[in-house]
Amino acid sequence: MSSAEINKNEVDIVIGALNADLTQFLTSWRPFFSGFHLIVVKDPELKEELNIPEGFDVDVYSKTDMEKVVGASNSTMFSGYSCRYFGYLISKKKYIVSIDDDCVPAKDPKGFLVDAVTQHVTNLENPATPLFFNTLYDPYREGADFVRGYPFSLRSGVPCAASCGLWLNLADLDAPTQALKTEQRNTSYVDAVMTVPAKAMLPISGINIAFNRELVGPALVPALRLAGEGKVRWETLEDVWCGMCLKHISDHLGYGVKTGLPYVWRNERGDAVESLRKKWEGMKLMEKSVPFFESLKLPETALKVEDCVIELAKAVKEQLGSDDPAFTQAADAMVKWIQLWNSVNSSS
Amino acid sequence: MAGYNLEGIKAAPLKDDVDIVIPTIRSLDFLEQWRPFLQHYHLIIVQDGDPSIKIKVPEGYDYELYNRNDINRILGPRANCISYKDGGCRCFGFMVSKKKYIYTIDDDCFVAKDPSGKEINVIAQHIKNLETPSTPHYFNTLYDPFREGTDFVRGYPFSLREGVQTAISHGLWLNIPDYDAPTQLVKPRERNTRYVDAVMTIPKGVLYPMCGMNLAFNRELVGPAMYFGLMGEGQPISRYDDMWAGWAAKVVCDQLGFGVKTGLPYLWHSKASNPFVNLKKEHKGLHWQEDMVPFFQNLCLSKESDTAAKCYMEISKMTKEKLTKVDPYFEKLADAMVTWIEAWEELNPPVKNEAFVGA
Repeated sequence: MSSAEINKNEVDIVIGALNADLTQFLTSWRPFFSGFHLIVVKDPELKEELNIPEGFDVDVYSKTDMEKVVGASNSTMFSGYSCRYFGYLISKKKYIVSIDDDCVPAKDPKGFLVDAVTQHVTNLENPATPLFFNTLYDPYREGADFVRGYPFSLRSGVPCAASCGLWLNLADLDAPTQALKTEQRNTSYVDAVMTVPAKAMLPISGINIAFNRELVGPALVPALRLAGEGKVRWETLEDVWCGMCLKHISDHLGYGVKTGLPYVWRNERGDAVESLRKKWEGMKLMEKSVPFFESLKLPETALKVEDCVIELAKAVKEQLGSDDPAFTQAADAMVKWIQLWNSVNSSS
Repeated sequence: MAGYNLEGIKAAPLKDDVDIVIPTIRSLDFLEQWRPFLQHYHLIIVQDGDPSIKIKVPEGYDYELYNRNDINRILGPRANCISYKDGGCRCFGFMVSKKKYIYTIDDDCFVAKDPSGKEINVIAQHIKNLETPSTPHYFNTLYDPFREGTDFVRGYPFSLREGVQTAISHGLWLNIPDYDAPTQLVKPRERNTRYVDAVMTIPKGVLYPMCGMNLAFNRELVGPAMYFGLMGEGQPISRYDDMWAGWAAKVVCDQLGFGVKTGLPYLWHSKASNPFVNLKKEHKGLHWQEDMVPFFQNLCLSKESDTAAKCYMEISKMTKEKLTKVDPYFEKLADAMVTWIEAWEELNPPVKNEAFVGA
């Protein structure tokens, strides 16, 4: 894959700070973050001052900044893991790369550190191929191509909306799974990027993700909040819900979503068994969400991302609202998010 | 690689449940290299081309061999549905087999090594793929969740974690990749050197180009859908045999609730066929696939089609209805599809407890 020509001016690296001390995190990412503009958004519920090492081109946003931009009542939308969405909102760049603050660069099988930023941007800059599955995975990658039997009319691909990376060491498993397999760590480096086919649903993780903000920015919605949402990924589904909306809207608008490389190394944090003690309402919400998204058809007239989100919110309220108040809240949050997006980005 | 525990397999796994189908016109010397993995399996050799040529099978292999005369004798007038002078003739082997699983491999494919240098036991991997569930209803970002060392990711619905029965296991190739002629002509030196250490399920409703070089399937579940079409001599098209079977079989799998996997195992594909010859052979296919693919993508089978054979009969009707306008070849093909099913059912009379709708 030609990764030489990344235009750093087109990228914002958005980091949600759930931990005050970002020294280890930023120091380990320095080789790959340097030259890029960073947006660090502090979880409004985090009391301590952030500790950020020198030498980065970084803008830090805290609760006060959020309230200035979106008002005090709306800043609750950006608490916990959702704080990063504030960064998405105020960014002016084409591409966003977002990595959880407990991840460091991974090593590939040859022992080289993986430049996750460049890989993500390369994924976003090359077309996606959601309409037909290529058995050699990413056809635009060096050393690969479309295989025999792949229709030529589909070989130009479509714009890539999102790049979903993966994790070595602590994979993004849910609490019951990790609690059952306490010792399990992901050691398998699968050397592939691929487009997730259109209409196929997948769990999109927010731990290591990048997207084309110009294309689909408003579709990354900070909406679904678990009642007992916590500060470890086992206790949240905000990114999973966001991902379901994003994939559905991307499919509707004819964009692609890629998954696979790059890997990051996810450090040990939290205790899956401990997280299990909380009522696992997320499971129930997921079970209800799946048939909803499966059968959902956005109207043909929804041609802009913002309109898609509004239509989606309507459908959520109508079809899922009565199942659980979390869905009604999510629908309202999605509408509010679009209002905020439009008002903050009205000049663009 | 780690995670499938193939090293633990000493003897040939499920050797009484597998037939290995090999189409050939030249020699079977390639089987010498495969001895450690394939010697204990029963082979069905389908000899294409001149039936008077004697094909030598390496010592120690247990096999049955069918040449064109045998095909004509066994199928009678129905023999015209089996391609001549094309690898598509291999599906005759699927039809005469009585086993649960088929593995088919091309005679220019050899044992590959994984990145650790270990030789890859393709048959053990295919069997593992076929014997573990697929997950076509929701994509798992860590690929095969049943592989040791991995699992379903956060957000994967619990109600879908049982998976469904796997019907097809599509393996890949190192060295000479399966490119079409135009790509071969533009990239004559390209070799596939990338070992992607994953098996994954192709989502429901999604089509893919199925290559017959390194392919295994559950014959009881989808056998009737694995018809490799009318190709080769006397036909306007070649090198679309496995494509046609793959698209039809995927539609059938989606209808019946079975899964299709792709990825591991890799083998080493040694021979690049002549791209100019290939271009002539597949030339019509390059144009027709623009119609064939949307045809399969838009196929809606009726609820009554609850077995692979019934699905396939319905597909043959639709082929005649919708593709004849592309070329009269498709009318011939549709008829051949019916002939195939008739022949299949004659050689494989339905049993009382035959599997139909998948888990």
